[in-house]
Amino acid sequence: MVDQGRTGPHHAGWVRATHWALALAVLTLVISGVTIFMAHPRLYWGQAGNDMTAAWLELPIGPNYRHGGWAAPVHFAPAGRDVISAARTAIIFNQNGWARSLHFLGAWLLVASGLVYALFAAATGHGWRNLLPGREGFSPAALWADIRAHLARRPVRPRLDPVGPPYNVLQRWAYTIVLGAVPVMVFSGLAMSPYVTAGYPWVLDLFGGHQTARSVHFLAFSLIALFIVVHFVMVLRTGALRQVQAMTIGVKGN
Amino acid sequence: MDMNRRTVLAGMAAGSGLLLGGCSENPPTYGNALRMGDWFTYNAQRLLIPRGVLAREYDRGDITATIGVGTVNPANDHEPAFNPGGGPLWAQLAAHDFKDWGLEVVGAVARPGRYSLDALMRFTARTQITRHTCEEGWSAISEWTGVPLRAVLDHAGIKPSARFVKFETFDIYQDSIDMFDVLHPQTILAYGMNGARLPHGHGAPVRLRVETQLGYKSVKYLRRIVVTDHFDDGGKFGNIAAGYSWFAGI
Repeated sequence: MVDQGRTGPHHAGWVRATHWALALAVLTLVISGVTIFMAHPRLYWGQAGNDMTAAWLELPIGPNYRHGGWAAPVHFAPAGRDVISAARTAIIFNQNGWARSLHFLGAWLLVASGLVYALFAAATGHGWRNLLPGREGFSPAALWADIRAHLARRPVRPRLDPVGPPYNVLQRWAYTIVLGAVPVMVFSGLAMSPYVTAGYPWVLDLFGGHQTARSVHFLAFSLIALFIVVHFVMVLRTGALRQVQAMTIGVKGN
Repeated sequence: MDMNRRTVLAGMAAGSGLLLGGCSENPPTYGNALRMGDWFTYNAQRLLIPRGVLAREYDRGDITATIGVGTVNPANDHEPAFNPGGGPLWAQLAAHDFKDWGLEVVGAVARPGRYSLDALMRFTARTQITRHTCEEGWSAISEWTGVPLRAVLDHAGIKPSARFVKFETFDIYQDSIDMFDVLHPQTILAYGMNGARLPHGHGAPVRLRVETQLGYKSVKYLRRIVVTDHFDDGGKFGNIAAGYSWFAGI
């Protein structure tokens, strides 16, 4: 079922189908997610955060970076504390109308194809056998050998180097981390929902607050974005054409 | 504020025998893939999330600084949502501390009427410290004081045929919510914020608070409430026409 060498199809049918469904979902989520983030490119820890509270990160992406246009603040004194509120008089960049709806469309596709993938990966043993780092993944010697092999940039030998499993140790770690990031993305996303967290407050408590969940969502995204970059580089460096063939029409071995 | 879930559920089950939108009409999709996705999210969430659940309530010490966005002065004709038929009138009412303001309640109610600020303040108040989750990405915790929407609608004699409630404002925004949120105990008509009167920038004299949805559903500068038997989000003044999802439970 799952390819083990150069004679069978490089990737099982279900791997190829879910790969492209997930690729479409991730592309949709990245485009819409970055657009949503551009509306408020500030990140905070805790339950709440806004322009009048301190951010741990503010990214200069788009016109809303450190935007001005604030009226003189109104002061409240709940329980004797000074709490301010400033009215925004500027018009900011905001494309969230389509971006958030598209983000959810992408999220539903991610969840649906992700579940199909997880079911097959578990049922066929592909997950355990090929993707988890295994004992080798925790062996410093094996890790060091693999790092050196990658750094050596030895040329790919299309006739000898298999496409698909077995994967090397670093590759297994990359897959394990990116697959682990997906549930983190899903749950940190749900933790930002006022309605979901009303029904299931533990989702909010899992992260310790709305803005912490938003920061975790961003950090997990950064990890996935890094994976995508490395994924593209590695596909290009190991024979892009045969790699794409293997993941689409699933050509037989060389 | 300390109402526990069981009380809420019992209250919702008893009450005036209103349906909780069990056979509610759905928002239109207009054949638009994005709106169809919203429709799917709306129905999936209504199916999977227990009824009567309350949004997280915080302590006074958790109250944070906040910002006012969208319309912050309905009288300013430079604002994008300025309404020539509402802004100048709001300015007049504000000049007299909203003593002449009244909230009209019309539509599928037995006793349509107009509620002054004093009349609303005579209802049993509910104070809740909740998180405003803005669709832009920021959030703020504030204390809100007001009258549960349900209490006003019960007073006006809401009819069993009611399925949605639409809100009209002094700017051009209109919006509506379904019976789940209409009857929700945390859905209030707020006239107080952080222990003070609701400031102009936050929707004075009265704004809606819908704690189970994103901030933009909590419309400011309320003028009129229309109880409807069918879906009506305000048409060209509503979220769908503006390209936004009508359901923002998210």
